[in-house]
Amino acid sequence: MDEIVAEYIRRTVLKIPRHEIKTMLQTWGFLSEAQLQTVNFHQTKDSVSREVVQLCKDNSADIKQAALLDIIYNHVYPNKRIWSVYQMNKSGEETDFFDLRDFKKKFKRRLQTALKNVTINFKEYEDNAIWIRIAWGTPYKKPNQYKTSYVVYHSQTPYVFISASVIRSTLPLLCQALAVASNYHDIREMELRSHCLNSLKDIVFKRYSQTFQTYYPRPLQERNVTSENVDLRIIQENKNEKERILRVNREVFGDGPQPKLEFAQYKLETTFKSNPSLDVSDIKEPFRCLVKFSSPHLLESLKSLAPAGLADAPLSPLLTCIPQKARNYFKIRERKGIFPGSFVSP
Amino acid sequence: HLATSLPLPSERDHLRPRIDLIAFMIDIKSKYSLKNVEASLAHVDASFFLGKVCFLVTGVGRVNYCSVETNAVWKLRDVYCSPVLYCELELEGIRVATAQRLLRMLQICAGHIPGVSALSFGSLMRNSEDE
Repeated sequence: MDEIVAEYIRRTVLKIPRHEIKTMLQTWGFLSEAQLQTVNFHQTKDSVSREVVQLCKDNSADIKQAALLDIIYNHVYPNKRIWSVYQMNKSGEETDFFDLRDFKKKFKRRLQTALKNVTINFKEYEDNAIWIRIAWGTPYKKPNQYKTSYVVYHSQTPYVFISASVIRSTLPLLCQALAVASNYHDIREMELRSHCLNSLKDIVFKRYSQTFQTYYPRPLQERNVTSENVDLRIIQENKNEKERILRVNREVFGDGPQPKLEFAQYKLETTFKSNPSLDVSDIKEPFRCLVKFSSPHLLESLKSLAPAGLADAPLSPLLTCIPQKARNYFKIRERKGIFPGSFVSP
Repeated sequence: HLATSLPLPSERDHLRPRIDLIAFMIDIKSKYSLKNVEASLAHVDASFFLGKVCFLVTGVGRVNYCSVETNAVWKLRDVYCSPVLYCELELEGIRVATAQRLLRMLQICAGHIPGVSALSFGSLMRNSEDE
């Protein structure tokens, strides 16, 4: 077995948390149950990985098997990478019947004609998700298995989720190959990025709990009394306002859990508007400013701002439109005309 | 009675008993809370500032997250002639001790302690701070 493959498998096994290694190897299916029984999974990960590599050598594993193990690892732990969302467009013809074999063939052909040295592997999952792993090389060097891109494509949708490799130049080629292989006209990057792949899917597939203006919520008095042990000697003077805030918040954010995003970024290209007494009103050029909100769970924290008394309700629509608009990167430009303000560019 | 700001909603006026002590809570991590307190102070009748107002500064345990400067708090204390208590609500011991102090102040302000008036107690607290 190739030493590069052996080392790659060893490093992949080392990434897996110790209590998960056996399960993941079983999912992989390359080593037989009998072989797995011979491994002591309670020793150090270093020793476990070496034993596993030895078994792989006995079975003559090749790069294809190693790549498959890597895909399985990334499928179980997708949140270690950052994912961007791309949308493909057809020019309005009838929907073609999706042929998986045809897709794979076209994809490989497109990439391999442009760049001879690539390793391409596919794995399909039950939810119609096709995972693609690509290891990039150069015209003169074999593919580097540690410089990989991952693609998740749900064939019944025009959306593709890409976790690009560090080599930025491979991205246009990858996008092109995807569009061609899936019979789409073009592909564009949406302004939506996150570590949480499932949340990105929830947003574009509209799987999160959405709010509808006509929905009439249960009277809030019921909820308040049952949820906390309220000391009746404490009187809330602003109960009406608190209830209004909760109601508005619920209308905006809905009831269910929010999709998980880590940041929202607003690039401002507006002119500086100041107090006339400050002498900076002559500056007509846009004041360049970048505002970035980060959080372990941005939308949940925005949802809790008003009830916690840290912000007024309702929050700015620039913040609350994130799931509906399916974007967390915005450019805000000056609105030209009689009423100066700002508008969000598409 | 808990309120998020002053003035109090007028629809509850008839349900409210006499107010003996107003404790303004300032979260040292939030400039917003300081601004809110400053705006609310404008709605307080001047007679309250004779010992029936105090400032309770919370969150002092987390030194790294201070947004409100101590000077700003002292300015309030001086302008409104009212004492400042510091506490950390997240620690049960301090929480209980602060509650006991406030309760003691309330007893004085409500006139339950014979021989000690709100005004005399207020100036006593102020003098001890200056030393």
